[in-house]
Amino acid sequence: MSWRLWVPLLLFSAFLGLAAYQLTQPKDEFVESRMIGKELPYFALPPAMEGSLGAANADFKDGKPRLLNIWASWCVPCIAEAPHLDALKRQGVEIVGIAIRDRPEDVARFLAQHGNPYSRIGRDDLSEVQLAIGSSGVPETFVIDGKGVIRYQHIGDVRAENVPMLLKKLREAGQ
Amino acid sequence: MIAEVGLAALWLAAALAALQMVAGFLAVRAGDETELAGLIRPAAVVQGVLVSISFVMLLWLFAVTDLSVKLVVANSHSMKPLVFKIAGAWGNHEGSMLLWVTVMALAGALIALVERRLPERTMQATLAAQGVVSLGFYAFLLFSSNPFERLPTPAAEGMGLNPLLQDLGLAFHPPTLYLGYVGLSVAFSFAVGALLTRQVTPDFARAMRPWVLGAWVFLTVGITAGSYWAYYELGWGGWWFWDPVENASLMPWLAATALLHSASVLASRDALRVWTIMLGVVAFSMSMVGTFLVRSGILTSVHAFAVDPERGSFILMLLTLYIGGALLLFSLRAGTVSEGERFAVASREGALVFNNVMLSAILAIVLLGTLYPLVTEAFDVRVSVGPPYFNPVGAIFTVPMLVVMAVGPLLRWRRDRLDRVRNEIAIIAALTLAAIVLFSLVAQVELLPLLGLALGLAVGVGSLLPLRGRKLTRVPIATWGMVVAHFGIAVALLGMASESAFSKERLAAVEIGQSTTVGPWTITLQGVEPVAGPNWTAIEGRMAASYAGGEPTIIDPQARNFWAPPQQTTESALVTRWNGQLYAVMGDRAPDGRWQLRLWWKPFVPLIWLGGLLVAFGGVLALVGRVLADLKRREVVRRMASRRAEQEKLA
Repeated sequence: MSWRLWVPLLLFSAFLGLAAYQLTQPKDEFVESRMIGKELPYFALPPAMEGSLGAANADFKDGKPRLLNIWASWCVPCIAEAPHLDALKRQGVEIVGIAIRDRPEDVARFLAQHGNPYSRIGRDDLSEVQLAIGSSGVPETFVIDGKGVIRYQHIGDVRAENVPMLLKKLREAGQ
Repeated sequence: MIAEVGLAALWLAAALAALQMVAGFLAVRAGDETELAGLIRPAAVVQGVLVSISFVMLLWLFAVTDLSVKLVVANSHSMKPLVFKIAGAWGNHEGSMLLWVTVMALAGALIALVERRLPERTMQATLAAQGVVSLGFYAFLLFSSNPFERLPTPAAEGMGLNPLLQDLGLAFHPPTLYLGYVGLSVAFSFAVGALLTRQVTPDFARAMRPWVLGAWVFLTVGITAGSYWAYYELGWGGWWFWDPVENASLMPWLAATALLHSASVLASRDALRVWTIMLGVVAFSMSMVGTFLVRSGILTSVHAFAVDPERGSFILMLLTLYIGGALLLFSLRAGTVSEGERFAVASREGALVFNNVMLSAILAIVLLGTLYPLVTEAFDVRVSVGPPYFNPVGAIFTVPMLVVMAVGPLLRWRRDRLDRVRNEIAIIAALTLAAIVLFSLVAQVELLPLLGLALGLAVGVGSLLPLRGRKLTRVPIATWGMVVAHFGIAVALLGMASESAFSKERLAAVEIGQSTTVGPWTITLQGVEPVAGPNWTAIEGRMAASYAGGEPTIIDPQARNFWAPPQQTTESALVTRWNGQLYAVMGDRAPDGRWQLRLWWKPFVPLIWLGGLLVAFGGVLALVGRVLADLKRREVVRRMASRRAEQEKLA
C-alpha cells in the first residue's frame, strides 16, 4: 500500500519538471503575422497628408525591395524609431509608410518635427490594411521583396541595433 | 492616500498570516501549552478585516479612476461605464490576485469564528495551513505584482479594459470562479490540517463539506456563465471548445465533484478517509495548475489573459511549495491513517466509489489532453488537442458514470442487493432503449449525441426516483439538493446532445431586402446601420426572423469596434423559443456589396445552461440543508448541556 502513496508526488514532480522546462524556453512574445511568405493583399490608400503620395500594394511590384512601416503620429515609440528610419533612408532604403487612424495635420506636424523618411504615406483610418497584413500594433515594419511578397515582420520600434539586420533582410529579399 | 492605505493594510494582513502560520505550527507540535495558540483565531479574523479594507481601497481607486495608480491606468479609462470601472478592479492580474487572497482571508476568518466541531488542534493546523497558502499570495502581491503601485507622474488617460471583458457576464465570471477556487483552498487547508494531526474523522468531513459545496456551487455557476459567454460573445456559435482556459476551470470542478461525494461517504459512513484527503489536495492543486497554465503563457489559448513568464515562475514556485509539500506530507502520513469502515460493492458507497473513479479518470484525460501539447513541444512538435480527442475519450468514462449515476442514489448504504431495486432499474433501462430506438429511427443521429439523449432521459428519470413513495414535505433539504443537482446534469446533457445532433447552420451573403433560411426560420436583412455606444462604434444589422412562417421578430446583431484599445467584437443576436435558439452573427461586407450573415438554429440549446444552473441550485439546497441540520444539532447539544447543568444544580 505505502509505495502507492508516493505516486501522486511522482506525477506532480514530472509535471513540475515539464513546466519548469517550458518556462525557461524562449517564447514568441509577439503575434507573428500569418502573412509572412505571402503576397501583400490588395489595398490602395489615399495620401495621409497634403503633398504626399498614397500607398498601394501595386507600388511594391517593380522588382525593388522596400520597407513597409506601420505607424501613427499619436504613437510614442514611433518618435523613438524616427532617427533610425532616417538612417535607413540615408542608406538608400525606400520606406513606405501607413499612418493608422491619424489626421493629416497631425501627420504633417509629426514629420516636420521628427523628419520624413517616407517615399509614400497611405492613410488607414479603419486599420483595415493593418489588420489585413497581420499587424497587431504600431509601430511595425515589414520587409517586402520586389514581387510584393512579405518577407519579414519586425514588431515594435526599429532601434539602432536593428538597422543592420533590416539592411541584411532587404539584401536577401533582393536576391 | 487611498492607495497607501490599501498597501499598508495588505502588509499588515501579510504579517498576521505569518503569525497565524507560526503560531499554528507551534501549537500543533507543542499541543495547547504554547501561549501563541490563543492568538490563532484572532489573527485569522483581523487578517480578514485588513485585507478586505485593502480590496475596498482598490475598488475605490477604480471607481474614481485614479490615474496616478499604474494598475488603474493600465486597465481602466475615464469614459467607461461605472460598473465596468469597478469590474476593472479584478479584470486584471494584480486585482484578481488581491480578490483571491481577500476571499481566502475572509474564509479563514469565518472558520476561526464559527468552527467548533473539529478538535482544537486540527482547527489550528487548518488555519496554519491557510496561513501558508495566503502568505504565498501576499508575497506575490507585495513583491512581484503590487496593485497599488503609483506612477511617477499621473497619466492623462487610462488605456482601457480588454473590450472582450466589457460585458456584464464576464465582469462577474472571474470572481465567481475565484470564489470556487478559494473554497477549494479552504478544503485543501482542512486536508493538510487533518494530515498534520492524523485526525481524519467524520467530523472533519462534516467541517470541510460546506466549503467544498460552496466552492462547487461557485465553480458550477462560473463554468455555466463562462460557457454561455463564449457562446454569445465570441460569435462562433459553440458553447465548449476544450480550450486550456476552459479546461482550467473544468478540472477543479471534476475534482471537487469527486471530493463532494467522497466527503459525503466519510461524513455519513466513516469510509474513504485517505481518498477524501487525496481529493482535497488534488482539487486545490487543479485550480492552482489551471491558474498557472493560464497565467504563465506556456499554453496558448483564445482567451488566456495576464500572460507573463515571470509571474509564471512565481506561481510555479508556489505550486511546488503548496502541492509538493502537501503531497509529500500525504506520502509520509497517509499510511498511518486507518482505513475506516468497510462496505459491499453493491451499496451506496460502492456506487459513489465508482463515480469517484470515473470522475478521476475524466480528470486525468482532460489534464493529459491539456498538457499533451506541452510534452510534444518539448520535442519541437506543435500539436493542438481538441474535440476529436476529448469527446470520444471522455465518453468512455462519462457513459458508465452516468449509468451508475441513474441507479446509485436508489441503493442503501453499506450493503444492498440490486434485485431490491430491479423495478426502478427496469424503468430506466426501458426508457433508455426506447430513446435509442426512437432517435436512431426517426432522425439520423450520430453515436455520441444518441447516447447523450438516451442517458439524459435515463439520468433524468433516475434522479427523480429517490423521491418515489416518499412524502415530499418530509424529504430532507439536502436530499432535495441531490435530486435537483442530478436532474440538472440530465437537463444539461439533453441540451448538449440535442445541440450537437440537430443544429442547422447557414452562412449566407445577402443584399439588403433579401431573405435566407436556416432550419424552420426565414431571415430577411432589412438594413445595416452604424450605431455608437459609450466607448464603441458598431455596424448593426436589422433582420426580421420568422419561425415557420409566423410573425417576424426583429433582431439586430452587431459587429463592434472599440477604440481604447482598438479591438473588434461581435454581439450575436439570439431569439429564444421553448424549443431552441436562433443565433445570428453579423459578418463583413463582401467586395460585391452583399453582407455576410452567419445563422444557426440550435434546438433545445438553452437546456445546457438551465441544467448548469439547476446543478448549482441543487448545490445551494444541499448546502442550506447541511447548515440548517448543523445548527439544529448544535441547538440540541446546547439544550442538553444546559438541562444537565440545571439537574446538577438541583442535585
